[in-house]
Amino acid sequence: MSDEVRDAGYDDWLDAVEEGEAYYLESPEGHGSLPPRRVCPDCGSTDLEEAPLPETGEIETFSITYVPTPDFGEDAPYAIAIAEFGPVRITGQVVGVDVEDVENGQTVELEVVASETTGERVVGFRPR
Amino acid sequence: MSDVRVAGVGLTAFGATPERTGRDLFGEASIEAFEDAGVPRADVEALFYGNFMGELAEHQGHQGPLMAEAAGVRAPATRYEAACASGGAAVREAVTRIRNGENDVVLVGGTERMTNLGTGGATEALALAADDLWEVRAGMTFPGAYALMAQAYFEEYGGEREDLAHIAVKNHEHALPNEKAQYQQEIEVTDVLEAPQVSTPLGLYDSCPISDGAAAVVLTSEAYAEETGLEAPVSITGSGQGGDRMALHDREYLARSPAAREAGEEAYEDAGISASDIDVAEVHDCFTIAEAIALEALDLEPVGEGITAARAGRTTADGDLPVNLSGGLKAKGHPVGATGVAQIAELTSILRGDHPNSEHVEDATAALAHNAGGTVASALVHILEVER
Repeated sequence: MSDEVRDAGYDDWLDAVEEGEAYYLESPEGHGSLPPRRVCPDCGSTDLEEAPLPETGEIETFSITYVPTPDFGEDAPYAIAIAEFGPVRITGQVVGVDVEDVENGQTVELEVVASETTGERVVGFRPR
Repeated sequence: MSDVRVAGVGLTAFGATPERTGRDLFGEASIEAFEDAGVPRADVEALFYGNFMGELAEHQGHQGPLMAEAAGVRAPATRYEAACASGGAAVREAVTRIRNGENDVVLVGGTERMTNLGTGGATEALALAADDLWEVRAGMTFPGAYALMAQAYFEEYGGEREDLAHIAVKNHEHALPNEKAQYQQEIEVTDVLEAPQVSTPLGLYDSCPISDGAAAVVLTSEAYAEETGLEAPVSITGSGQGGDRMALHDREYLARSPAAREAGEEAYEDAGISASDIDVAEVHDCFTIAEAIALEALDLEPVGEGITAARAGRTTADGDLPVNLSGGLKAKGHPVGATGVAQIAELTSILRGDHPNSEHVEDATAALAHNAGGTVASALVHILEVER
């Protein structure tokens, strides 16, 4: 929980997104999942390999959050969304547009942004 | 498999009592349960106890023995944690233990102290039930998660905020005569629609309150009940549990609850009944949309129609299947670890005929309790039946 200690797998994934090399974990049967993970939750395979994440995703559902946790106190209101990137779905905040302009079906790109409250890294979706 | 008798039930009033400790709350609930049961404390062989956020709210882990002591019980005690389904998980463990013949008399309980954390602190604590790396760090709150489900439901099946508002109005209406409820206050559809937004499309009145409270029930084997001549007409005759992927985004469906479906199917089969036999139900309405999705998963409403059940009067007190006659989490309150046990307590009273809302279901013989954890990565279902 210490701020100085990284979460291996997760923070490495954020690094990769920042470097434009986002990936997901793929099982031999083609199931996708997110790290850190040793076993495919769909088929139990332990033979997981990094595969490039599609460059764009599509918003499947979203909500404008007005009452956040204290860690996002100064970020609210913000749009939280679930977007599908090929074989995986990801939860993130829609950035770069007014929250009122977010809609289902929107095409988005993955981006790491910073919380206005804590400065911590946050998964962001930027509409194209 | 042998049935498990509900010998006695006890509840504190649910509400905002920030200064009261968990041990004090549970002590009160246990006193009521033992008085109701007429079972000596010395006969209790184990305590199964549900609690979710004790470390944050009270800086207190290892709550099993603490709560056995608070109840005046000297017996092995274990805390069960399954987020908002912690109480249901404790009930299931107790039921299993009695059916296996390992125990004849057990105390099951649950407590949550939440309001001392304030709204921000409680919101943060509830978010612990989600995937910390992939949901909470993205800013997903608990209302936010159910809001994502509601939005997905609207997209897939239709429905609107006004449908959801009727669920809140119904559960507030049901809570009116329930003295243990946090809100004994009538609300109108417009109150729900005009309330401050929490996470769109859900507003303040779509959400259950932050609550303090405790629940306790004394369960016994049939053999014990018969040998000691207990008056315990209500039995737990079915139990089921389902599980799912932790994060909402990893589920196959964003607006369905397969874990509740699995738990329901197991519980119906266990009790030897079907969904159409259920006369009254308490389902986990932490948010209005949760009640709609739960009814569908439990086969009490067809998929895509659960959202209109309250508005059409199917689940109101005078409807075909009254749902959340206690007021539900929405109006009765949701002290997280207590909720799954409180559902058993309320349904037992309703079936025995000593609940202020029993008059609406005088001939009821079978009841269902559904308790959900997280965005339903954990689901517990229990079936209760009464001898008439």
